[in-house]
Amino acid sequence: MQALTDRPNRLALAIVWIGIAIVAFPLWITFTASTLTPQEIARGELLLPGGQGFETYSTILLEGARTSRMASPPVAGMMWNSLVMALVIALGKIAISILSAYAVVFFSFPGRMIFFWTIFITLMLPVEVRIVPTYQVVADLGMINSFAGLTIPLIASATATLLFRQFFLTIPDELVEAAKVDGAGPMRFFWDMVLPLSRTNIAALFVIMFIYGWNQYLWPLLITTSASMDTIVIGITKMIGGGDALTDWNAVMATTFLAILPPALVVLIMQRQFVKGLVDIEK
Amino acid sequence: MRRKVIFEHKLLPYLLLAPQLAITLVFFIWPSVQAMWMSLLREDMFGLSSTFVGLENYVRVLSDPGYVAAVRRTVVFSVAVALLALLPALLLAVMVDKLTRRVATYRVILVLPYAIAPAIAGVLWLFMFNPSVGIVAAGIRGLGFAWNPKLDGQDAMILVILASAWKQISYNFLFFLAGLQAIPKSLLEAAAIDGAGEWRRFRTIVLPLLSPVTFFLVTVNVVYAFFDTFGVIHAVTQGGPAKATEVLVYKAWYDGIIATDFGISSAQSVILMAVVIALTAIQFRFIDRKVTY
Amino acid sequence: MATIDIRGVRKSYGATEVIRGIDCAVADGELLVLLGPSGCGKSTLLRMVAGLERITEGEIAIAGRVVNALEPKDRNIAMVFQNYALYPHMSVYDNMAYGLRIKGMSRAAIDAAVQKAAATLELTPFLARKPKELSGGQRQRVAMGRAIVREPDVFLFDEPLSNLDAKLRTQMRVEIKKLQGRLGVTSLYVTHDQVEAMTLADRIVVMHAGAAEQIGTPMEIYARPASVFVGGFIGSPPMNMLPAEVAADGAALTLAGGVQLPLGQSLGAEHRGRPVTLGIRPEHLHPGAEAPGALPALVDLVEALGADTVVHARLPGGAALLCRLPGDSAVARGARLALHPAPGALHLFDPASGRRLPEG
Repeated sequence: MQALTDRPNRLALAIVWIGIAIVAFPLWITFTASTLTPQEIARGELLLPGGQGFETYSTILLEGARTSRMASPPVAGMMWNSLVMALVIALGKIAISILSAYAVVFFSFPGRMIFFWTIFITLMLPVEVRIVPTYQVVADLGMINSFAGLTIPLIASATATLLFRQFFLTIPDELVEAAKVDGAGPMRFFWDMVLPLSRTNIAALFVIMFIYGWNQYLWPLLITTSASMDTIVIGITKMIGGGDALTDWNAVMATTFLAILPPALVVLIMQRQFVKGLVDIEK
Repeated sequence: MRRKVIFEHKLLPYLLLAPQLAITLVFFIWPSVQAMWMSLLREDMFGLSSTFVGLENYVRVLSDPGYVAAVRRTVVFSVAVALLALLPALLLAVMVDKLTRRVATYRVILVLPYAIAPAIAGVLWLFMFNPSVGIVAAGIRGLGFAWNPKLDGQDAMILVILASAWKQISYNFLFFLAGLQAIPKSLLEAAAIDGAGEWRRFRTIVLPLLSPVTFFLVTVNVVYAFFDTFGVIHAVTQGGPAKATEVLVYKAWYDGIIATDFGISSAQSVILMAVVIALTAIQFRFIDRKVTY
Repeated sequence: MATIDIRGVRKSYGATEVIRGIDCAVADGELLVLLGPSGCGKSTLLRMVAGLERITEGEIAIAGRVVNALEPKDRNIAMVFQNYALYPHMSVYDNMAYGLRIKGMSRAAIDAAVQKAAATLELTPFLARKPKELSGGQRQRVAMGRAIVREPDVFLFDEPLSNLDAKLRTQMRVEIKKLQGRLGVTSLYVTHDQVEAMTLADRIVVMHAGAAEQIGTPMEIYARPASVFVGGFIGSPPMNMLPAEVAADGAALTLAGGVQLPLGQSLGAEHRGRPVTLGIRPEHLHPGAEAPGALPALVDLVEALGADTVVHARLPGGAALLCRLPGDSAVARGARLALHPAPGALHLFDPASGRRLPEG
C-alpha cells in the first residue's frame, strides 16, 4: 500500500539501493577490471576504470587472450558461435513450438493427446538427467562439433509449446468462424491471424530463449571439443584455469563483460515483453 | 483443453507436429529410455561388450559413500541456494512495491543477473572472492578470517552458493513483484481501516496471498539449484577441493563423461530423473490449487 | 433469387438432440428472425446454415442449392457475430477487404467495394483505424460492412446487438432494418430479445427446446400465440396464465376461487368441463365497474413506468395477475379492481400439451 504522504519511503529506498549495489557491484568491477592492467588488478585498485581497456578488448576480440598458461582463440569467433547458437535455438524453438501448439489446439486428430503428452514430458527430461545417452545419439548422428549438434537437440521446447497453446486457447471462437466465413483455410488463418496476434508472445519468448541459448553450458561442453567451436561462456572458463594469480584477469574480465553484454542488452531493450512473458510462461 | 471451433484436415496437424516430435523423440525420449537401459548394463574394461546386471548399478551407486555424501551436499547446497535466492528477493520486491517513482528503472537493474549465465555468475564471484586478487577476499582477510576457496571445502561451498543464489534473485524478485502487484489494493485498504498496522497487513494478508507464488518459486529454485548450477560449479571449483562441491549433477557428468563409467552415470541419471518428475508433479499440484484458489 | 430452405433439420451432440426437426423457409429478400431463450437451439440452427456446424440429419438449401457438404466460404453467405469478431490486428479497411482478398478479387475491385460499403455505413473516416480504436456502435457497423462488401446471397446475424447498451441497440436496430430493406438481401437473424424480433422481422420463428413452436408474422404471433410458451415469451410484461375449467355449457370459464368468465362464444362439446390454461395479456385487462364477467383483483404492487403503469394484483384463490394500465391511472396498493378482459383477448391452451385449443 502506498504511503499516505508523498514523501519517499526512505527505508524502502535504502533497501532497494542495497539490493542494486549487490547486483551491480560484481558487474561494475568486471567492467573496471577489464580496463586495468594485470598489475593494477593484483594491487586491488578495482573501483575505477583504467586506461588499458581499448588494448585489452581489441586484443582478445581479434587475436585471443595470450595468457601465461594458454592461448585462447579470438573472442570475436566465440561470440559468433554463441550468437549463432542463441539465435538458432531461440528462433527454432519459437518456430517448431508455434506449429505444434497450433496443431494441438486447432485440430482434432487421432493421437492428439499422446502427442501432446510426448511433448509435455520433455519438461521433465533436462539434459542433465540424460547426459551420456544424449551425447551418444548426437555422436552417432555425426553432429559433434557442429552447429547442428549444438542447436537442434535443444530446440524442442515444451515450455514454448505450452505458452502458445495457452495463448491460442484465448483466441475467440468467433474470430476463427469469421475467418472461415471469409474463406480462410487453416494455413491462411495461421499466417493472417495467429502469427500476427502472437507477436507479443513471440517477442517475450525470443528474449527468454535467446538468453537460454546464449547461456548454455553443459550442452556445448558435451558436444564441442574443438576450440573453434567454443562458445564465449565455455571459452571464459577455459581461460580461467585455476583462477589464481597466474590468471590473466583483465582479459578474462573483458571476455566476461562481452559475454554478459548481448543477453543484458536484449533484456534491457525488450524488458517489457520479457517481464510479461516470463511471468506468463510459468502460469 | 481443445477449442470448440477447429479446422478439419487429415494430414496437416501431423505435418505441423512433425518437427517438434522428431526432435523430442530422437533427443529426449530415446536417450532417456537409453539411460534407463544403460543403467541396467555393465561395460567391460575396454567398453567392448556389456552385460545385463539388473539393478546392480543402483546398488553400487546407493551404497557408495561418495554418492551418499554428494546427496547430503546437494541437499545443503539446494536449501541454502533456495533460501538465499528467495528471502532477499521477497524483501526487495516488497520494498520496490512500496516505491512510487522510478520503479521500472529499479526493476530492470535488479533483473539484470537473469541475463547472466550461471557459469559467468560463477566467474564474477570467483574474481571477487579469489584469494590472490579478489577484492572481497582481501576484505575478509582484512577482518581477520581465513579465506581460501581453492583449499578449503567450506569456503568453496559458500562461494558457489553465493554465486548461484545471486543469479537467481532476479527471477524470484520478478515473480514476487508480479504477485504483489496482483494483490488488490482494496484488500490492504480494508485491512488498514480495520486497524491492521503495516507489519500485520504483511503477515496476515500479503504473505497468505503470495503463498501460491512462493510455493511455485520454491520448487523452481530447488530445480535450479539441482540442475542449472552445473555451470557455476564447473567454472568455479570443478567439484573440488577434494569433492567438497561435487553435487549430484556434477557427479553424474563426471562419472559418465570423464570417468566413462556409463552404467553408473546412467543409474545416477535415472535417479535424477525421478527427482525432476517428483518436483514437476509437486509443481502441477500447485497449479491445480492455484486454479481453485 | 436467394432463398433459404431448412428441411427436417436435426442436430445431435452424441446422444443429446439439440435441434429436433425443423422445417422452415426464408423467402427472397425476407428477414426471418429465430427467436427463443438461450439454449433453444437458435444459434446452432444459424451456424448450420453458415456451415460452422455439421448437419446431423435433414437438408439446408441456399438459393436452391443444397449446401450440407459445403464449406462456409462456398455458401456465399456473410455473417455478423455477437462479439463482432473483428480481426483485432487489422484496420477497418483490411477487416472488410480480407474475405475479398481471399476470393482473389483485384485490388481495384476490392477498393471500390470497401469504399462503397464504408460510405453506406458512414465508416469512411475510420478506415485506417484498428477495431480497438472504435466505439461499440462503430465496431458493429464494421461487422456489418464486412458482411455487405461480399454481396452475399444471404446475411446471417447471430445476436449482433446483444453487446451494445440499450440506447445504441435501439439505434442499430433501426439501421439494420433500413439497410436490409434497402439491400433486399435474404436474412436470417438470431436473437433472444423479443422487441428486436418484433421490430425487425418479416416473420418470426419462435424456438423452444430445439423445435419451432410457431412460425408467423410478428402480429400473428402476438395475436394468436400457438402455445403457452409463445404467449409467455412474446409480450412484455408476459401474458398472464391462469388455470381454469370450461363450464358445462361451453360458454364460460370457471377460475380458481370460483370466478366466472364468459367466453363470448360457445366451445364445442368435446371441450365442455375440461381444464384449460387461460392466457390474457396484461394490456388487455381494463378496470371498470364490478359486474359479472369481470375479474375481482386486489392490488399488491404498482409500478409506474411513465407511459404505462404495471399493476401486480391477486385474484380470489391467490392467482397472481399482471395488468398494464395507462400511465395516468391512479391505482394504489390495496385497491380493489374489477378487470374486464378486452373482447376476443382470451387465449385458451391445453394444460397438458401447452398448445392452443383449436378455435370454433
